[in-house]
Amino acid sequence: MNRLPDLSPEKSPLTLVEVIYSTTIREVMSTDPITVERNTPMSTVQHLMRDHGVSGLPIAEEGRLFGIVSVQDLIEALQQGKLNVPVSTCMTERVVTLEEDMPLSMAISTFSKYRFGRFPVLNAAQRLTGIISVRDINVTLVNRLLQQVSKFESMLDNEVTPGLELNRVFHTRQHDFENGGKASTTIKKHLVDHHVDRSLVKRIAIASYELEMNQVVHSIGGTISYRITPDAVEILVQDRGPGIENVDLALTEGFTTANEWIKSLGFGAGLGLPNAKRVSDEFFIHSEPNVGTTVKVVIHLDKKQKENAT
Amino acid sequence: MNIKDMARTCQWETLLEGADANAITSAYTSDLLSDVMANAHDADLLITIQAHNNTVAVASLAGIKAIVVCNDRTVPDDTLASAQKEQIAVYRTQTNQFETSCAVGKLLQS
Repeated sequence: MNRLPDLSPEKSPLTLVEVIYSTTIREVMSTDPITVERNTPMSTVQHLMRDHGVSGLPIAEEGRLFGIVSVQDLIEALQQGKLNVPVSTCMTERVVTLEEDMPLSMAISTFSKYRFGRFPVLNAAQRLTGIISVRDINVTLVNRLLQQVSKFESMLDNEVTPGLELNRVFHTRQHDFENGGKASTTIKKHLVDHHVDRSLVKRIAIASYELEMNQVVHSIGGTISYRITPDAVEILVQDRGPGIENVDLALTEGFTTANEWIKSLGFGAGLGLPNAKRVSDEFFIHSEPNVGTTVKVVIHLDKKQKENAT
Repeated sequence: MNIKDMARTCQWETLLEGADANAITSAYTSDLLSDVMANAHDADLLITIQAHNNTVAVASLAGIKAIVVCNDRTVPDDTLASAQKEQIAVYRTQTNQFETSCAVGKLLQS
């Protein structure tokens, strides 16, 4: 049997990692699953499975999950001539469940761990709200990856956008100094080409470059997204870890965790985040150790600017 | 003073020629790229020992037109390729950052 590939963040393409971590099980599962009650006879289970083409049915009453019955359980009941007994005597009671708010990655690892074909999904109140199968996951993954591919293709087509407005995402990789600065340079060119005031371009370039290089130097990789409107330039940087232990300290000029090699390249002086913050009109940072860091920066394009920009 | 004349007077080695029109009116000396980003303001020339792609990226972002690499440091080919793309002139000198800064300072004052 084909095995699922290793989908750990270190070994997968960033696009896939983003999809499986940002999609919740709620978005993937089939809702309103067909359920049976504890006293439903196995013969009804047989009919339901045949009519609806399902290979497993949760046993639930008013949302409370009591167990799950599979085709395997049905075959055993058939062999023993027990078609009239209530499903509660044939079902598996200790059911492995998933929760709606968990990321899709959790469902994938659960499927790899157990050999079951489906898992009931519960909400925060522990009520049954759906069921998730390998098929649900396949359909979602194919759809999401197709969307991503289309997005990448349109990005390639739209290298030159006619107006000032722009939405673009760049990816960074850990210690990839070769490409470090590429996102910022591209965006700066775009702004200059559209006659944005030089001093504003400078501020945007500083914020963008510092955040970009922070990802290259400190994170295991991530994305930098730009949203340019006639009103403002918004830069959103998100990485996949390792996160910042103490954000206040990281915002202190001169504080650094960079090693000597990084310092020898002219980085890691503890100026990055403070520089980015200083030039920004709005600055937001959130970081969680072992999860990652998100920084959002907004620089307003003032009224005079809007008149100049084309 | 135009960058070509400055390079000739200071006896810098030309790695990537600048445009005649590139007049140098101010310079900034630093090996710390974040410092260059934050403080180089309107400098036209960067005096540094950092010779890699990121030096070019910072120079481009900061609006610097030329880089002088001190202490005869090696400048990788890909760095020169980036500089060409960004239209930034690159020179090299055997003198250190202090000596280079003094020489440039004298020329800018005269």
